[in-house]
Amino acid sequence: MHIAKAFLSVLKRDVTVAFRHRNEIFNPLLFFSLVTLLFPLGIGPSPKLLQTIAPGILWVAALLAALLAADNLFRSDYEDGTLEQLVLSPQPLSLMVTAKVLAHWLVSAVPLLLLTPLLAVSFGLDAPTIGVALLTLLLGTPVLSFVGAIGVALTVSLKRSGMLLALLVLPLYVPVLIFGSNAIDTAASGLPVNGQLYLLAAMLVLAVTLAPLAIAAALKMSVSQ
Amino acid sequence: MRLDVVGLHCTRGYRSLFSELAFTLEAGQLLLVEGHNGSGKTTLLKTLAGLREPDAGQVLWEQQQPIVWLGHSNGIKDDLTALENLQMMQVMAGADSLLRRDAKSCISTLERMGLAGNGHRFPRHFSAGMKRRLALCRLLLSSACLWILDEPQAALDKAGIQLFEALLAEHLAQGGSAIMTSHHHVGLQGSHIQRLLLAA
Repeated sequence: MHIAKAFLSVLKRDVTVAFRHRNEIFNPLLFFSLVTLLFPLGIGPSPKLLQTIAPGILWVAALLAALLAADNLFRSDYEDGTLEQLVLSPQPLSLMVTAKVLAHWLVSAVPLLLLTPLLAVSFGLDAPTIGVALLTLLLGTPVLSFVGAIGVALTVSLKRSGMLLALLVLPLYVPVLIFGSNAIDTAASGLPVNGQLYLLAAMLVLAVTLAPLAIAAALKMSVSQ
Repeated sequence: MRLDVVGLHCTRGYRSLFSELAFTLEAGQLLLVEGHNGSGKTTLLKTLAGLREPDAGQVLWEQQQPIVWLGHSNGIKDDLTALENLQMMQVMAGADSLLRRDAKSCISTLERMGLAGNGHRFPRHFSAGMKRRLALCRLLLSSACLWILDEPQAALDKAGIQLFEALLAEHLAQGGSAIMTSHHHVGLQGSHIQRLLLAA
C-alpha cells in the first residue's frame, strides 16, 4: 500500500515541478508544432504530396521532440542531489523511476498528442487516418519516453551529453518510427492497421516492464561517479 | 545494530585513496572521519552509504535497514515549497515513517529547525544556511538508525550548528549511530566518539 502511495507522490511531485517550470512543457511542444507546420508551408499546397509525407513528418517530429524533452528527465534531480536520495531510499527504485518517466510522459507527450489532430489537418489527412495517427502516437510515445530514459540515466553524470544521448537512443527509436509511420500510411490507403498497432502495443509492454530495471541500474551507476 | 567494515579499498581515477580500512561502529557511537582535502572522505562516505561499490573489501550492514544520507548537495528541489520538500522526504524515508506522516509533523519539524513561517516559500529564495537547515530536516523525519553526513554543518550559523549537535546527541542517546566528516569542531565529548584519520 505504501509503495502505491510513494509511486503517486513521486508522480505528483514531478508533475508539480514541471508545471512550475513551464518551458519544459512548451519547448518540445513548440518544436513539434513548428516542424510539422513548416513542412506544408515549405513544400506547397499539393494535397497528394502532403498526404504522402505526413506520416513520416509527424513521427520524425514527435521522435525528435521526445529526444529534446528527454534530456530534462533526470538532469535537475542529479544536480540538486534528489537523485542520490531516490537511489538510497528504501522504496523500490525501478517503481519510483517508472513514476518519474510516467510524469515526464504526461507533461511532454500528452500535450503533443492533443495538438496532433490540428496539425494533421494541415496535411490534409482525413478523420479515420487522424484517429490512427493518434493511436500510434499514444502507443509509441511512452516507448520513446521509457527507452529515452535509459539513455538519459546512463549519460546524466556527463556534462554535455546531448549528442551521445542521440547516438545511444535513436537506433532504439527506429522500430517505433517505422511501425508508427507505416500504420498511418496504411490507414491513409484504407487498409487495416491491426498488425502495426499490435506490434507497437507489444513494444509498449516490453518498454514498460523491462526499461525501469535498466533505468534503475543505470542511475545507480551514474550516482556513483 | 552494528556496522562492520573489512579491508575496504577505494580508488578514484587510478589513484588509491585508502586501502585495508577496517572499523566497527556499534549502536550509539559516532565516527568522525578526518583528513585533508582530497584524502577520500566523501568517497568513503559514499561507499559506506552504498552509492559507490568498494574496489575491494566489504561494508557489512543489514541491507533492508534504511539510512539517512546527506551529501554535499542538499537533495531538496527548488521548485517545491519547503513543506512539499518535507513531505517528499517522508515518502522517501520509507515505511517506518508512515506513522509520523502528516502535515503537522512537517510543520513542527520546520519549527524545530528554525524555519517556522517558511513552509510555503520556495527554497530558491532561501539562503545557503536555510537550505542546509531544510536538508537537515530529514534527520527528524526518518527513523533510520544510521546517519551518514558529509559536512553537515556547512553553511550553518552558530545557532544552526548547536541545533545540529543537539539533534546528533539525541540520536546517539537513543541508540542510533552516525558517521560524519567535518571541518568544524564537534562539541560532543565521550567515549562513544571514534575518530578515523584518512591520510592519503
